[in-house]
Amino acid sequence: MPSSQDNGVLVDVRDLRVARGGRPIFDGVDIQIRRGEVTAVMGPSGTGKTTLLRLIGGQLKPDSGQVVVEGQSVPALSRSRLFRLRRRMGMLFQSGALFTDLTCFENVAFPLREHSGLPERLIRHLVRLKLEAVGLRGAAGLYPAELSGGMARRVALARAIAMDPKLMFYDEPFSGQDPISMGTLVQLIRQLNDALGLTSVVVSHDVKEVATIADRIYMLADGRVVESGTPAELQRSQSAWVRQFMDALPDGPVPFHYPAVSLADDLLGEDSA
Amino acid sequence: MLARIQDLGAATLTAIGRIGRSSLFLGRLLAGLPLLVKRPGLVIQQLYVIGVLSLVIISVSGVFVGMVLALQGYYTLVDFGAEQSVGTLVALSLTRELGPVVTALLFGGRAGSALTAEIGLMKATDQLSSMEMMAVDPERRVVAPRLLAGFIAMPLLAAIFILLGVGGGYVVATSMLGIDGGAYWSQMQANVSFSDDIANGVIKSLTFGFVATWIAVFEGYDCKPTSEGVSRATTRTVVHTSLAVLGLDFLLTALMFD
Ligand SMILES: Nc1ncnc2c1ncn2[C@@H]1O[C@H](COP(=O)(O)OP(=O)(O)OP(=O)(O)O)[C@@H](O)[C@H]1O
Ligand SMILES: [Mg+2]
Repeated sequence: MPSSQDNGVLVDVRDLRVARGGRPIFDGVDIQIRRGEVTAVMGPSGTGKTTLLRLIGGQLKPDSGQVVVEGQSVPALSRSRLFRLRRRMGMLFQSGALFTDLTCFENVAFPLREHSGLPERLIRHLVRLKLEAVGLRGAAGLYPAELSGGMARRVALARAIAMDPKLMFYDEPFSGQDPISMGTLVQLIRQLNDALGLTSVVVSHDVKEVATIADRIYMLADGRVVESGTPAELQRSQSAWVRQFMDALPDGPVPFHYPAVSLADDLLGEDSA
Repeated sequence: MLARIQDLGAATLTAIGRIGRSSLFLGRLLAGLPLLVKRPGLVIQQLYVIGVLSLVIISVSGVFVGMVLALQGYYTLVDFGAEQSVGTLVALSLTRELGPVVTALLFGGRAGSALTAEIGLMKATDQLSSMEMMAVDPERRVVAPRLLAGFIAMPLLAAIFILLGVGGGYVVATSMLGIDGGAYWSQMQANVSFSDDIANGVIKSLTFGFVATWIAVFEGYDCKPTSEGVSRATTRTVVHTSLAVLGLDFLLTALMFD
């Protein structure tokens, strides 16, 4: 089996190649996520950060390359083994993805009721604790449609950590949060990671926040990892990609535009058609 | 011209792909059905949504179809002096044909479209994906209970439709057409056979329930995860269910007719 069990690598992604909708998204990506660390994945919008999480979670299959979690190759796993692996994973979706016809309380209770077999009284206690951790115990009886976007995200976080996963994925946990809840969430992610011995992967654009909690940062652009290292190393990096992203410069190698023919050609083409 | 042929080919391929996917989907669902024994609550909840909430439209339609059958039948039968057989005519039309068929069409429009829209929306809003990431199989947790509830509900709804239709026919026959109530029932009892007519209707309603629910859950699960995708899938459910029910009805009638 692959050498990922040694040297504390929990998720080992090697030479990953994926195309979606006929366009290559990843073109040889290598990422190692170490046990017990908070690893951040950053990159411009549309580079495939969400896609990467879905690949690690086994919801998508790569065209080639390997995705190994806990020494098991995810794309090759049978359905039942994949589901067993997922019991040790938690994923906060970019959209929250709460069950709209269940209350917040029942949303958080859902994975516990499905898997834990715990008595109802204990489940009720656990759910309150999880909601308390994200500051929304008072919203337990509300339906997702009655929450703000930021609140929904935090309920989704409570649901994702309900089963005490070993490996947590956060897809944009900070978007839509005010400065206060943002600070709390940043601390919460770090504390969960350290207190419960988790391994966390955080996908985010918020450079400053990520730099304060991440042990290691991978920067994706153009289908490849353009830079990786500790936050301090990235701050010192002279790579044009990193500088543009870290310093939020409008000019640089990262294109603002999705690939297209030139604007002039596009406009002229329409007129002549 | 060439483009037309190409379009036709593409449409055929899409249709074949859809049939293949839906068959595999059905296979996986059926394999998972035994697991529902441990979770009867899931099925009962869906029986309520699919069955009980469809009761009103099915009951009202049943009564009216029965009443109309009695009226129409009477005007034809009276020319032959056979108006006392109007009970037989109502009961036979309902058990053999109209009960299963009309119930299935209404079921597709009322419960089937709702099933498709519900599952499709869950897909479009990532609820099914998030369930998968929680190691809960949405096919077993969400789809299978709905499928089973549809299988169970549809024949029961058809039975209710038929019973109320026969009742509606009775009211019209006795109060408006001057038929003797005793004759209505005794003619019916003498001429409707269990092994032929009723069994015929039961087989049809089981088949239609199976097909209608299968179409509804598949369209929802297979839809494009967008608002337009969901709305198209809902339309397809109603159209495909109607066509499938009418086509199968002819096939089953031809097979069972001797
Ligand atoms: N279902 C799909 N079919 C085809 N292409 C897709 C699909 N989903 C995503 N893509 C493409 O894959 C690329 C990566 O998408 P992804 O959602 O992973 O980006 P992201 O890095 O998470 O962006 P953001 O930061 O905006 O969330 C995008 O260019 C998108 O156009
Ligand atoms: Mg994303």
